Amino acid sequence: MSAVTADQAMPRTPLARAAYGEKDLRSMGFLVVLWLCLAFGILVLAVLLVTTFLDGRERMDGELFTNYTSQIAPETAGARAAILGTAWVILTTALLAIPIGVAAASYLEEFASTRSRFARFVELNVQNLAAVPAIIYGMLAAAAAVAVGIPRNTVIAGGIALALLILPVVIVATREALRAVPQEIRQASLALGATPMQTLARQTLPAAVPGIATGTILALSRAMGEAAPLLLLGGLVFVKFDPNGFLSGFTTMPIQIFDWAARSQVEFQQLAAAASILLLVLVILLNGVAIIIRNKYATAR
Amino acid sequence: MSHRSAGAGPSTVSRGLRPSPDRLSLRSTSPRRGEKAAFGFLVLAAAVSVLTTVGIVVSLALPAVQFFREVNVLDFLTGTSWTPRFTEKSYGVLPLITGTLWTTGIALAVCVPLGLGAAIYLSEYASTGVRKTLKPILELLAGVPSVVYGLFAVTFVGPVVLKEWFGIQVQTFSVLAAGLVLGVMIIPTVASLAEDAMSAVPRSLREASYGLGANRMRTVLRVVFPAAVSGIAASLVLALSRAVGETMIVAMAAGSQAKMVSDPLEGGQTMTGFIASAALGDSVQGSLQYNTLFAVGITLFVLTLVINLISIRLVNRFREIY
Repeated sequence: MSAVTADQAMPRTPLARAAYGEKDLRSMGFLVVLWLCLAFGILVLAVLLVTTFLDGRERMDGELFTNYTSQIAPETAGARAAILGTAWVILTTALLAIPIGVAAASYLEEFASTRSRFARFVELNVQNLAAVPAIIYGMLAAAAAVAVGIPRNTVIAGGIALALLILPVVIVATREALRAVPQEIRQASLALGATPMQTLARQTLPAAVPGIATGTILALSRAMGEAAPLLLLGGLVFVKFDPNGFLSGFTTMPIQIFDWAARSQVEFQQLAAAASILLLVLVILLNGVAIIIRNKYATAR
Repeated sequence: MSHRSAGAGPSTVSRGLRPSPDRLSLRSTSPRRGEKAAFGFLVLAAAVSVLTTVGIVVSLALPAVQFFREVNVLDFLTGTSWTPRFTEKSYGVLPLITGTLWTTGIALAVCVPLGLGAAIYLSEYASTGVRKTLKPILELLAGVPSVVYGLFAVTFVGPVVLKEWFGIQVQTFSVLAAGLVLGVMIIPTVASLAEDAMSAVPRSLREASYGLGANRMRTVLRVVFPAAVSGIAASLVLALSRAVGETMIVAMAAGSQAKMVSDPLEGGQTMTGFIASAALGDSVQGSLQYNTLFAVGITLFVLTLVINLISIRLVNRFREIY
């Protein structure tokens, strides 16, 4: 942020700027290297999108959406169960992660004193959980499902695993959004006689919705592409039925892709690429929506 | 809650008019049970993260303890042969650790220079417009599902990029291809955190440097970078923990043969790769084979926990300075 004002006096294009501030060869070389670092990542992204599209375009057909997977007929197999399963699991994840995450963040940001031992301990836990490997959450969800006596390979177990996985992200995003709400809004509300809880529910949280939405959408898009924790739930790789409830069996698109990619026939590889295109389109759409929300409200403020 | 707040006004007045002064109190005049329940919900929600940590430790430790009753801890940590599914069983975790070290090392070699370079450009050189366009695109790299990366590594990076373009004779599954793709996935993690750290360096430091006649490169390398070093270090440590914990790329592209990896062109199994493939198998719950999963799981958890705690300390220190 702070470098922005320094830039304004500078010429706009990179080359002109290089000539302005960087007269010697070494500095210009340095700038070129920095450019290449950034360009490399973007280039790989482009190559990944193009190759996936080329590999999968032949199977981007109606059967991908309407048919179940198959071991013997890859030409007509589809990802129907996986698409519906992803929808079910992400819905469950959102229902669990959003209320819990927003509530936890509200407690930490609006109510807990910085000296509260409990709050500091919670913060340490959130920070640590944010970097725990995703696959560990699968082991937790599997153990939890067995402990309460429901089958591991159910929508609810998958939802719990993914919700716990993204909970730290939702909490951090909500806290940042709450922190960005001007203090005056809270003070005005309290001065008019609202209780702290009313202030939170009617003023602070509504003002923070764009930030919370941005963070939550990104977190859900991450959950949608995650397969590792779900592998631990077992029995998910060959599912040929529509999920019909929280206790129903399911599979998801990333798991279906994982299964297809491991098979040797070319048709399965194409199928995996086609399903990848679908998943990428969804992820890019969600990211786009999140960025639009962020930019719209960032400029409005 | 609206009906309650509407009723709160008159009751305050009536109580306020009571003669006895010791009845005047600043405490809430209505019980507000709904608010107390709401507050209870907030605290419970915050406690979920603590419960999660406890749950992870318990669900990993119980089967792991059973495992270590049958397998010596030292044999587990120092053994060089990992064959839990063979008739001649051996439980030395070192092959999985070498697999993880290779993929992680290669990934860091990719994401550290590229991520830091991108971060310096975005923080110190890019105009607001350029940053607003390029940063979301770069961050999309972290949003691409890991199975898609895995597919990319197996079908393109290994056979086409490494073999055809560069003539490197990698095997179908190789830790090199897996590590390279893993590194690309983590670039945004490094870039984003390092950029935050550098943006937090006060402008006065830069201006002082310019005032002394330093150009931009010198200012970046000698002033901004050292001032942001703890935040940058935290970004690298987080990248390390991401690389160690990532599962799908290595499960798909690094292979499933657990052996001491000495050549990056060959395949090898990582800790996460083993957990994924063992989970797909049909071992009976409670059996030694099944518990193996949790022994590796707890090793992975402890390893990342240590890395994370270091990172958290670094981040907190960097927050205190600015």
